[in-house]
Amino acid sequence: MSNRLINWFRFASPHNFYPLAGKMIPVFWALAAVFAVAGLWMGFFVAPTDAQQGEGYRIIFVHVPASWLSMFIYMVMATWAGIGLSLNARLSSMMAQALAPTGALMAFLSLWTGAFWGKPMWGTWWVWDARLTSELILFFLYLGFMALQASIDDPRRADKAGAIVALVGAVNVPIIYFSVKWWNTLHQGSSVNLAKSSMAVTMLWGMLLMALCFWMYSIAMALTRVRTIILEREAHTEWVKDLPEVKA
Amino acid sequence: MNAILAVARRDLLMVMRRKSEVLTALFFFVIVTSLFPLGIGPEPTLLRKIAPGVLWVAALLATMLGLQRMFAADHADGTLEQMAISPTPLVMLVVGKIGAHWLVSGLPLVLIAPILGIQFDLDASALGILVVALLLGTPLLSLIGSIGAALTLGVRGGGVLLSLLVLPLFIPALIFGAGAVEAHISGLGAGGHLSLLAAMLALAVFFAPWATTAALRIALE
Repeated sequence: MSNRLINWFRFASPHNFYPLAGKMIPVFWALAAVFAVAGLWMGFFVAPTDAQQGEGYRIIFVHVPASWLSMFIYMVMATWAGIGLSLNARLSSMMAQALAPTGALMAFLSLWTGAFWGKPMWGTWWVWDARLTSELILFFLYLGFMALQASIDDPRRADKAGAIVALVGAVNVPIIYFSVKWWNTLHQGSSVNLAKSSMAVTMLWGMLLMALCFWMYSIAMALTRVRTIILEREAHTEWVKDLPEVKA
Repeated sequence: MNAILAVARRDLLMVMRRKSEVLTALFFFVIVTSLFPLGIGPEPTLLRKIAPGVLWVAALLATMLGLQRMFAADHADGTLEQMAISPTPLVMLVVGKIGAHWLVSGLPLVLIAPILGIQFDLDASALGILVVALLLGTPLLSLIGSIGAALTLGVRGGGVLLSLLVLPLFIPALIFGAGAVEAHISGLGAGGHLSLLAAMLALAVFFAPWATTAALRIALE
């Protein structure tokens, strides 16, 4: 038991994690590709046309996974940042830093595809609906995190300051969500009614497959990014200088 | 407690010797709110409708102006380091500084807000709610803002960064603060909004000084 524990912590060191990540990345890219092909095929060819929304509804195969991941990545990012802050673990902070751009991309994609979906369905690009507004604010939180990290030169200080922002943001996300929700309902009642008829099974499967694809993509992307961050920060060490890709 | 008061008194004294800083934020608040009728038009019903939102957004921005100065001077001349290594817990000193910031940049806004509200044709009871909401909300802004001020201490482009970090976190205060007045005007009663605002203030009083202290220690490393 204690032996396994030690093995586990082995990979908390950038030196050991770097080759492991290198081996994992192709696996996750391959899985992402497989799920993408399956999900897109399911979404475009198998899932039936929606009775109310026509063909336009198919944008949910991108929109819903992106929204899920934008929220989930923030949580994961805040967790890594918190671990990095409390245990002073460098790699955890690097993971948080590596996840932020992917999370921001997901939030942006979610807003963008949401607008494309909203135009034909609701007749408008944007409504001040609670979900849309809180997604927008989540996007701002990602931007704040990245901007703060980018403007502090000392990486250790950047990690810790970023961790505090991420944690304060994580505490605030539910408060913001509910305040925006009540703000909207107090004003005018929900003007947006999704009126989801029970989803066809194939639609659900398409969405789940696409969600898995987005997950795999995010993991692969974060690992790729964390490898470059490791190289950048550990450039002074012997093991980095000895790497074949660095020597070349 | 003595330490809190001592720090607050010191900060207030420093501000009183450079009054222009307080007045700048106050006049900024007055000018920004006065710009809205000029931009939108003098229609009284419209002005009544936008008054709470305009006053609150202007209050957020005016609070932002003073935030950067909360720790910057003390950081520059080394006072902050002395505070950090003093026997008094740094949290206490931070509470004192936040309190002083509110007295300097929050309280004047609360006091002048009714006069600006009259310009927007708000009636007496709505003005009362506005003052109560600002009284609960501006300390909340100082508390949340202090976290951002500590994080951006000595950072490149600190001012812009500070607004990017802090403004999204101000949103709940804005919603319930402005919402209280609007709910009152529309006859719904402002109780719920004010209670939520007070609840957020209680949470922030407990957690924000702690987060600010952690951020300051990082900045001082």
